[in-house]
Amino acid sequence: MDNVIRRRTPGARLGRAMLYAVLLLAALFYLLPLAVMLITSVKPLAEITPGTLLSLPREPTLAPWAKAWGEACTGMRCEGIGVYFFNSIAIVVPAVLISTAIGALNGYALTKWRFKGSELLFALMLFGCFIPFQVVLLPMAQTLGWLGLSSSRAGLILVHVIFGIAFTTLFFRNFYVAVPTELVSAAKLDGAGFFRIFWRILLPVSAPIIVVSVIWQFTQIWNDFLFGVAFSAHNTQPVTVALNNLVNTSTGAREYNVDMAAAMIAALPTLIVYVLAGKYFVRGLTAGSVKG
Amino acid sequence: MAALEINNVCKDFGSEQVLKDVSLAIDSGEFLILVGPSGCGKSTLMNAIAGLEPVTTGEIRIAGENVTWQTPAERDIAMVFQSYALYPSMTVRQNISFGLEMRKVPKAEREAAVERVAELLQIAHLLERKPSQLSGGQRQRVAMGRALAREPKVYLFDEPLSNLDAKLRVDMRTEIKKLHQRLGTTIVYVTHDQIEAMTLADCIAVMRDGRILQLGSPDEVYNDPVDLFVAGFMGSPSMNFISATLMGGSGAYRLRVETPEEETLELPWPRERETPALAGKVGERVILGLRPEHFTEDDARLSEYDEGVALTPHITVVEPTGADILLQLKLGDGEATARVGPKCRVKAGERLTLRIDMGRAVMFDRETEKRLA
Repeated sequence: MDNVIRRRTPGARLGRAMLYAVLLLAALFYLLPLAVMLITSVKPLAEITPGTLLSLPREPTLAPWAKAWGEACTGMRCEGIGVYFFNSIAIVVPAVLISTAIGALNGYALTKWRFKGSELLFALMLFGCFIPFQVVLLPMAQTLGWLGLSSSRAGLILVHVIFGIAFTTLFFRNFYVAVPTELVSAAKLDGAGFFRIFWRILLPVSAPIIVVSVIWQFTQIWNDFLFGVAFSAHNTQPVTVALNNLVNTSTGAREYNVDMAAAMIAALPTLIVYVLAGKYFVRGLTAGSVKG
Repeated sequence: MAALEINNVCKDFGSEQVLKDVSLAIDSGEFLILVGPSGCGKSTLMNAIAGLEPVTTGEIRIAGENVTWQTPAERDIAMVFQSYALYPSMTVRQNISFGLEMRKVPKAEREAAVERVAELLQIAHLLERKPSQLSGGQRQRVAMGRALAREPKVYLFDEPLSNLDAKLRVDMRTEIKKLHQRLGTTIVYVTHDQIEAMTLADCIAVMRDGRILQLGSPDEVYNDPVDLFVAGFMGSPSMNFISATLMGGSGAYRLRVETPEEETLELPWPRERETPALAGKVGERVILGLRPEHFTEDDARLSEYDEGVALTPHITVVEPTGADILLQLKLGDGEATARVGPKCRVKAGERLTLRIDMGRAVMFDRETEKRLA
């Protein structure tokens, strides 16, 4: 039960009941698109064309999911989005790990090894959080060209790492600023150096903010479309781009059930991450200082 | 050879000077206390000794070696922090042995050091716990254990007792003193608590505004303060400062204390405490410093300076502390505090005959606040 004493008059109770009714309605409304997607993705095409969007499937089938995964056409090729799903994983995993690691080191250096101009540097890094992706498309393409990374997976990872560092640095810097500096002083006197202090003292208490950083970076990079479409070739496209191609392929009749299944597949990892780790995300963002 | 030597150290933060030409030296095995109000620079000086902050100018030597530009790790010192700064992810055992591990001490020796320290501080039963599972007093012990495990040249204590409750603080104070007597370690200890300073130190440095005002034994600092600040800072309740006029000329000096609506008091200044500086101040206003215990009840005998001077002031407040009674009394243009025995029956608003032991009184210049005699 909630920990509040409320008025118990009939009017007040009625008001509360109405409040909950409205909230419930809003929640249902909010969940409706997801429900429609799920329902549609397990209907045979024959049940969709009459236009009964909300009716439950009479003969549920997983065929659209199988088709979306393995044989649906994305542009010229018809091999499903499964390949691109693994492309996304191959991009997201290294990009998340690298950007989180760099953000952690940056946050550590900016708070525990302050130098002249470190605050200014941090302020400038914060700018990175506000730069719209479109602005850097051309210069980034140019740079990747110079580096010989055009249309490669490594190039896409690099772009995501660079964009992610601004956020991960912000997370870790704000977390480490609350960790007592005396811990670092004590470790210095004990004879530990820069990396040893980070590894042995700071990192073991960083679990909450690592969770935040990983979830944030994972959803950002997984859901990215613009960089994916701009900096990847056919064989390195992430799943978001493949989904777009699948939906926009204009040969034959439109298979809404396959489209929906593909969209569900593309959205599933972020959904799962939120369901499993959402609690830790909130907890990590609101985590207080570490007591020494 | 001095265990620790600080020569003309200055430290600037931007345009602000937080340490102004600080010099001191202590011998091996000495217990030095840096004491002063907050913002006096004592913690900065401590950090400079530890190597956590570079000094602007000056030199720091440990066991004769110039360490001014050595890193904290190179200096061979250990520090106990105010917040204890125990590594939260490690057990007590790991906390204590971390410094040894970083210095590549073999595992067997590390184990032995942990056992030795755990026994010394009676924390053997806590070794497998995490800091978050310890009480304040236990954390304090572990923090000391971490410092003691490594047997460095100098120990630094940065207000180690200020986070403990009053009773525990007194216990730990005694324990630190015992440890020092037993181990004979060189300790620099920062505190703002003048009682800690008096009870623990071999040598006290009273600091204010980045300067060391006085460096001396607890007895010297307490009984022979160099100026008004040191006199007021050391001792609780603090010294009474009474406006007086220095009279003299023919032979002995006297201090005339005028109290509104009371008889004017003339206090003879003891011959043996006369200084040449007094001659120039005859007829001028000076400040007389009297500690609360320099007042005694009339029936008590005074050994040091004849019978003392009698006065019968108005008592305004009576504060029994249990061990003794503090009296507020009208003297000069303000009030003074006197400490009398617990059996005194005087009530507020009454008068009580007291004697002042002038043999321990001190006198300060009104303008410069420096000691005159």
